[in-house]
Amino acid sequence: MPIIRAFWAIIRRDLLLAFRRRAEMANPLFFFVLVVTLFPLAVGAQPNLLRAMAPGVIWVSALLAALLSLDGLFRSDFDDGSLEQMLLSPHALSILVLGKIIAHWLVTGLPLLLIAPLLAVFLGLPEQAMGTLWLTLILATPLLSLIGAIGVALTVGLRRGGMLLSLLVLPLYVPVLIFASGAVDRAASGLPVGAQLNILLAMLLSALVLVPLPTAAALKMSVN
Amino acid sequence: MENPQHASLQASGLSCFRDERLLFSDLSFTVNAGEVLLLEGANGSGKTSLLRILCGFREADTGEIYWCGSKIADSSYYDDMAYVGHADGTKKELTVLENLKFALALGSAGKYSIEQALDKVQLAGFDDNPVHTLSAGQKRRLSLARLLITHNLLWVLDEPFTSLDRQGIKLIESLMAEHIAQGGMAVLTSHHDLSMADLNLKRIHLQACQ
Repeated sequence: MPIIRAFWAIIRRDLLLAFRRRAEMANPLFFFVLVVTLFPLAVGAQPNLLRAMAPGVIWVSALLAALLSLDGLFRSDFDDGSLEQMLLSPHALSILVLGKIIAHWLVTGLPLLLIAPLLAVFLGLPEQAMGTLWLTLILATPLLSLIGAIGVALTVGLRRGGMLLSLLVLPLYVPVLIFASGAVDRAASGLPVGAQLNILLAMLLSALVLVPLPTAAALKMSVN
Repeated sequence: MENPQHASLQASGLSCFRDERLLFSDLSFTVNAGEVLLLEGANGSGKTSLLRILCGFREADTGEIYWCGSKIADSSYYDDMAYVGHADGTKKELTVLENLKFALALGSAGKYSIEQALDKVQLAGFDDNPVHTLSAGQKRRLSLARLLITHNLLWVLDEPFTSLDRQGIKLIESLMAEHIAQGGMAVLTSHHDLSMADLNLKRIHLQACQ
């Protein structure tokens, strides 16, 4: 089907672009590692305090790293006219947008997923919480890309949209932060985390369905 | 997809305000298969705004646009049109070939294959060059090659001759003549006067209103 072909073409193109701009793309990951490693230096040699703080530190850093990477989602397409060509495509823009969001997650969310367990060990997160940390990251990093996409689509047409983007997106990130770091916290103390994980899963599934349409509409407005 | 012989683009009563300033009002025209519409007018008279309205990027403040008799939202308009604007719409980190393959994936296949189109716009041999190594004129040729590889009847061109050399301008004119002869149509803005005598040319002169 042509629409499926266009969907894959978008993902392939964005991954190829990310590969060609490796240095730029590594920025959020670098930021994530940096913030997490700075905490033990600032807090000092207090393993118990670090262990207690680990879920929060990892999740706040992951969230800020995601926020840092958001602007790149549509910026270059907007600047070089590729976005106009996507709008003129006979295919539904929301599907193409979903392709872009998935590619964005593969480039910015997936590396966080791979490196976070390492940093968790570094902060002394108990072993029994490791699986939960991973699960929350798998469920919630795509959610960060999806929610962020609406904000970026709304602000991409503005010259200095950075501040506005944070103001728009951060409040929507707060529930994700609460449930995700809450789940890891509970797992560290050996409590059940089913409820938190279910809520994150529900949020992810509804975002997958609900985000592409308003994002496409906001992009149309921004191109105007 | 419509039969090219019956394709037509019709605008009725278009008007456009920009920052409280009236650019044009009550503008109506029809472009039929085999016709070219050339928009003329001073800088800031609303040529680009009109083209962006035709592309659906902007909404006209009044008026409607019809493709083959039905409103563009209800027709196969986006299957049948292609736009080349100020921005090239190509990725500078990707090669010429990768850019054209992506353009093809977004639309449906047209008259020419990618190799034939690159040959036509005299970019053959540049397939594997990243776009940022091309000159401004070559980039323009690349975005025009996109018109050849995808299916389209209507070309909407915003200053297509910018940064092209004399030979390049001739080339684009001949491509356009070929497109028109095959029942296509084109709407363009240009400060360069089209030199083709045999074209079925309509002109609209936009005057900046106050």
